[in-house]
Amino acid sequence: MSARRAAAAATGVLGELLITAGVVLGLFVVWQLWWTDVVAERAQVQIIEDLGWATPVPAPSEVPDDGIADPQPGDPPVVAAPGPSETFATMIVPRFGDGWERTVSEGVTRSGTLDELGIGWYPHSALPGELGNFAVAGHRVTFGKPFNQIAELVEGDLIVVRTPEVWYVYRVTEHLVVLPQQVEVVAPVPGEIGAEPTQRYITLTSCHPMFSLRERYVVHGVMEYWAWTADGIPAELAGGA
Amino acid sequence: MYGWIWRHLPGPTWVRAVTSVVVCAVVVGVLFTWVFPAVAPLIPFNQLTVGE
Repeated sequence: MSARRAAAAATGVLGELLITAGVVLGLFVVWQLWWTDVVAERAQVQIIEDLGWATPVPAPSEVPDDGIADPQPGDPPVVAAPGPSETFATMIVPRFGDGWERTVSEGVTRSGTLDELGIGWYPHSALPGELGNFAVAGHRVTFGKPFNQIAELVEGDLIVVRTPEVWYVYRVTEHLVVLPQQVEVVAPVPGEIGAEPTQRYITLTSCHPMFSLRERYVVHGVMEYWAWTADGIPAELAGGA
Repeated sequence: MYGWIWRHLPGPTWVRAVTSVVVCAVVVGVLFTWVFPAVAPLIPFNQLTVGE
């Protein structure tokens, strides 16, 4: 009889442990799909505030007549090489919503940059203003998901990169889905390893399909012009063109 | 197991209930702050960079 009772008690404990394991797994999903966004979005607000120069772009109706930053002739200034995990620019994509602006930091490691600081710049790819390919990666789900709507970008869409002094205005040229090892998408000339760049490209990479390791979603663009931030804001962001 | 813990908690029922809630909250806090971030890289369900 006592043997049966011991067996029943053991079964009870086992059942409780299994239920506990189920609850913990459920909590993990909640943490991954919801809490990482809460933490990262809060951090993002703080990072932008700490930068000091990334003041919100005013609504089109509030831009003064002389507040447009005109395209400048000649080669754009090149951003100074950032240190490890240094936040050196922000990115504005009107397609992602009014007021959407996220920071760009050095590096594409998950724990150092992408999970905490938002968009990450591929070290050794070109910097904004340099001839070649300014390549960045961002989460499409979880950890603040900066590139959540990457698949909504279409040809001609605006991607604006902002530094303390300069606006770099890019237009989307194409999007593609590639395998993770297809590094030619971040080559100086996208898709052509070894080719000498004559233009200033931008490349965004993110996961594809969502919640998957299988492929990568890639968006390419090319720089249209640059302007001084001291002159105002680009006409496109002010509701023009 | 939980029954055993409940029986060994001190105080009247409402004190035990409060203790239980606090203990659960602490456990969830520890999981969210330390355990899940440590475990997450071992279960990568999304990757966003290209590379070898």
